Amino acid sequence: MALRVKALESLLVEKGLVDPAALDAIVDHYEHRVGPRNGARVVARAWSDPDYKGRLMADATGAIAELGYTGRQGEHMVVVENTPELHNLVVCTLCSCYPWPVLGLPPVWYKSSAYRSRAVIDPRGVVAEFGVALRDDIEVRVWDSTAEVRYLVLPERPAGTEDLDEEALAALVTRDGMIGTARL
Amino acid sequence: MNGVHDMGGMQGLGAIVPEPEGSPFHAAWEARVHALTVASPTRGNIDAGRHQREMIPGPEYLAMSYYQKWFRSLCDLLVAKGFATRQEIASGKGAAAAVKAVPHLTGDAVTETLTRPGTYIRESAAKPAFALGDRVRARNINPNGHTRLPRYARGHSGLVVAIHGTHVFPDSHAHGLGEDPRTLYGVRFTARELWGEAANPRDTVTLDLWEPYLERA
Repeated sequence: MALRVKALESLLVEKGLVDPAALDAIVDHYEHRVGPRNGARVVARAWSDPDYKGRLMADATGAIAELGYTGRQGEHMVVVENTPELHNLVVCTLCSCYPWPVLGLPPVWYKSSAYRSRAVIDPRGVVAEFGVALRDDIEVRVWDSTAEVRYLVLPERPAGTEDLDEEALAALVTRDGMIGTARL
Repeated sequence: MNGVHDMGGMQGLGAIVPEPEGSPFHAAWEARVHALTVASPTRGNIDAGRHQREMIPGPEYLAMSYYQKWFRSLCDLLVAKGFATRQEIASGKGAAAAVKAVPHLTGDAVTETLTRPGTYIRESAAKPAFALGDRVRARNINPNGHTRLPRYARGHSGLVVAIHGTHVFPDSHAHGLGEDPRTLYGVRFTARELWGEAANPRDTVTLDLWEPYLERA
């Protein structure tokens, strides 16, 4: 694959169809500027600031933009909140839709046939494969990202974190917790 | 199109392999394929790009890694749109005498382009046919072309839980038929409606579905 991709890149650069500097900048953007630490800051802010949480639940796209996270695959954000009685799980059964500005590019398993096929029919089994046992009396809501709306799970704030500041709280938030394959 | 990409509800497609947070790319070529796809002159229409990947023949689709699919569909789109020939792509050398193009995305514009707030909502005079709380059924349609109505929801009824506005309609847009904005709804189906009595009665699946996919239940 590496040689075939190199050949295509050489061709498109030679034809003037792509700028090599743009390719480097795109790779840098998706390796370093977006990723789940962005989403973790959104979650930590929501845990710390009730007014912010109110704006986040009412208009997630706008509230997330307040922290500077905007752009492709984050055009129409919706935040769904976990509670002791409710667990949310996000999937894209048709392809790999994922909120890039707040979570970065998806992990391989999120894009895999195994996850895409089973998350809707057996969400409890899927979550169990990540080591999370959901009680029968917890409601499970699966969100299949079939349009350009992108979903971010707001996990429950862990007990005993009252004294932590936003930065310390953000460090507790995991990527999988914001997809719904983990509970914090 | 009833392709293998529409895999929601299938079983037996293997184990899920969790991975830690880290680089989204697992080889340097994957990063280049991602960047080439984003920078490509074919990039303008996200729905056409998705449909191109769906048209990879099923047995190959299932055997390919994610970025192998992206590479394949990028090459196919470049050929289909006349930007390159198969021979050029294989050799990495352009045919002689071609006029050199100007890249539509330059390095200095990347950050602004990727972080610019965008929208798929378009102004429309159309009034939503359904209201919050309405009971709707996903129509039993089997189009040959692109659609975002998964098979597992077709024929099943659910509740309208969100109205997202009038969004670009992929079934038209993917095929060069314009943006054709239609009202987009969040529709919640119970797991029992979709999967039968063995499902947990508390569980639901919510999909975002355009008005032409729905009828009153």
